[in-house]
Amino acid sequence: MEYTTALTTCTYCGCGCNFYLEVLDGQVIGTIPCKTSPTNEGKLCIKGWNVHEFIQSPKRLTRPLIRKNGELVEADWEEALDYTAQRLKEIAEQNGPESLGFMASAKVTNEENYIFQKFARAGVGTNNIDHCARL
Amino acid sequence: MIETVKEQVRKLLDSGQIQGFLGLLEKNGHISPHLFTDPEELDRLNLGERDKPGDARYPLTKYLIKIARAHPDKKFGILVRGCDERALKTLYNYNQLNPGQVVPVGIACPEELARECECRQPYPEECVAGEKSEGCASVSVDRLDELELSERFDYWTEQYAKCIKCYGCRDVCPVCFCNECTLASEDLVQTKTFPTETPLFHLVRAAHMAGRCIDCGLCEQACPVGIPLRTLYKKIYNIMDEELDYQTGYSEEKSPLNAI
Repeated sequence: MEYTTALTTCTYCGCGCNFYLEVLDGQVIGTIPCKTSPTNEGKLCIKGWNVHEFIQSPKRLTRPLIRKNGELVEADWEEALDYTAQRLKEIAEQNGPESLGFMASAKVTNEENYIFQKFARAGVGTNNIDHCARL
Repeated sequence: MIETVKEQVRKLLDSGQIQGFLGLLEKNGHISPHLFTDPEELDRLNLGERDKPGDARYPLTKYLIKIARAHPDKKFGILVRGCDERALKTLYNYNQLNPGQVVPVGIACPEELARECECRQPYPEECVAGEKSEGCASVSVDRLDELELSERFDYWTEQYAKCIKCYGCRDVCPVCFCNECTLASEDLVQTKTFPTETPLFHLVRAAHMAGRCIDCGLCEQACPVGIPLRTLYKKIYNIMDEELDYQTGYSEEKSPLNAI
């Protein structure tokens, strides 16, 4: 018998509201807005209140996928990151950093998007950055 | 005060009278609901206060429903203030919790918090810690009652218009336990539209709070736009009290509205 709460940050937008996920015997069963969070002070929007519903969706990707011979194959993080780093380097060397583009996400925090664009601009050297919300 | 509570909970756990204690845990500067099963963890027990009394209260009784249902053979201690005890009574009345599974550990709220809440009874019947302070009158309701009808109507219309329909008032409510919620029923209210249907959405909820709302004030604290929901439901309490002689949260029976 175990009931506990895990403090985390909402993935629905960049505001960064904090809430607890209620975990009963290993299952996530509910969302509780965090009252001591300076960002949202115990309040949430309707999306935040229902986060616990999507995180357990069977349709959710839980591991990285790499396309091999035209098919998406599950990979571990090490392999996926090594492959991505290697290809980014190769493409940048062959065709210049302007040949690369970076697509940011609406479902990560503001801070993660900041790091992402910094990586693209300062790390790789391209201004080709866009956001999934423009699609 | 907290040491007395810890001692009491430790006794209950050690003696096997309860298998878990639902309270609040202090972790990384935050205060979160937690089921204590190991007395060692009690070092980090918190009474729901970080910067001032009661500023980190959570609807523990609501969480207990889920835990108790998953473990019907276990007994649970739970941290209760006056409002939590009223919630427990109401949940017993509506068969949402079995009193045989629950051992309340009561604390009285300090005067400062009682005044802020305009709480009728800021303490549970049995207190392990804290001094019982006097109940307060609902001044916020009186203030609005003094307004002319048209002014009062305008006031509430303006308040309801702020609603962003997050359903937080319902989701945080310790006595909202219906399997089918009217506020999510397309036949009764507009569910997938915005702005919020005014005043229907809020009045439907207010009507459903009659004989249910135990005046914990958590809805108002969860409201992102600051609608004075507690004042609204305090008025509902007063109507139930004056017209039907039913004291929500204090009575041992379901409200007369459920008599049919």
